[in-house]
Amino acid sequence: MAIYGTALLSICVIIGTIAGKLLGRLLGMDANVGGVGIAMILLIFTTHRLRKSGRLGPQDETGIAYWNAIYIPIVVAIAATQNVRAALHGGTAAILAGILAVVVCFALVPAITRIGGTAPPRR
Amino acid sequence: MADLIESLLVQYSLVTAFAVVGITVWISYVLSARLTRGRIHGSAIAIFLGLVFAYLAGEFAPGPDGGFLHGEKGVADIPALAGIGMLGGAMLRDLAIVATAMGVRMEELRNTGLCGLISLLAGVLVSFAIGAAVAFAFGYRDAVSMTTIGGGAATYIVGPVTGAALGASSEVMALSVAAGLVKSILVMIATPFVAKSIGLDNPRSALVFGGLLGTTSGVAGGLAATDPKLVPYGAMTATFYTGIGCLLGPSVIFFIIRQFA
Repeated sequence: MAIYGTALLSICVIIGTIAGKLLGRLLGMDANVGGVGIAMILLIFTTHRLRKSGRLGPQDETGIAYWNAIYIPIVVAIAATQNVRAALHGGTAAILAGILAVVVCFALVPAITRIGGTAPPRR
Repeated sequence: MADLIESLLVQYSLVTAFAVVGITVWISYVLSARLTRGRIHGSAIAIFLGLVFAYLAGEFAPGPDGGFLHGEKGVADIPALAGIGMLGGAMLRDLAIVATAMGVRMEELRNTGLCGLISLLAGVLVSFAIGAAVAFAFGYRDAVSMTTIGGGAATYIVGPVTGAALGASSEVMALSVAAGLVKSILVMIATPFVAKSIGLDNPRSALVFGGLLGTTSGVAGGLAATDPKLVPYGAMTATFYTGIGCLLGPSVIFFIIRQFA
């Protein structure tokens, strides 16, 4: 049933977020450090396991697949709720700092991708 | 009649949000196919439209006293569209981002740990350095202001968290948030256009991309508009960025900047 998949996804998000907040507290701040990443790794492992033992069928997985598919509309909603006005009214210093940070980090992507291994295969 | 419709839209705000966002996405895909022959991805156009709506709402949403509200939440400042704030809020965002992990292949995650860590540290340090340098160039020459604006160049959360910890002025805090917003918006818009030239076409480079840029919304939007298959890899590293920035900003990085300022 679809709800099994959605429940599994939700449990992973809750556990990941708790772990992220605990990690934040351990580092002395009120922030969620890597909660989403932890939840993702949890979900990858549990679905892998459950699928292997036959306890997660295709019907159950539709409950996760829906949220995966609804991702782009959610990103559109995120974009539509950004404070664009503040960004554009922020003044030259703010705009320049933002632009330069993006440009330099874009440029670093190929350099760091090459670290720690051969060139990745093209998909 | 109009008041009946509006009160329904407000009451059913999340349902309204699904309808409005769905129509926006549909229009964007039609525009993508008709005007650009698919060259600009439909989701890139949808994200851009979302940002335009957010700007218009920020500028012109009506306030309580007959003037403009000038709110902070984009279209969610309009009562009938408040559900878009929930759809784009942290809870459903995290749920959907984690769900994208279903498309992750385990073997692609192996041997990426070092890459991810280096990209995170490089991303945070470089952003702080650039923000601090720009702050210096514009006359904000004390270490607290430079570090705070540097934090904004990391993300719009790192900036104010750093500023609050260091006791920055509210003018500097506002600047730092604005810098972070500019970064996040620019990443959403520009990523699909530069993807090819920076080799952003495989899981490893997406992982590095997430760690370097760090803004969760920007990375999520930018990768979605480039290739949705890359989203989980970028999101996985980006989720650590803000935390690391908040940790290093008011401590190690402030200390380093104080040596120079």
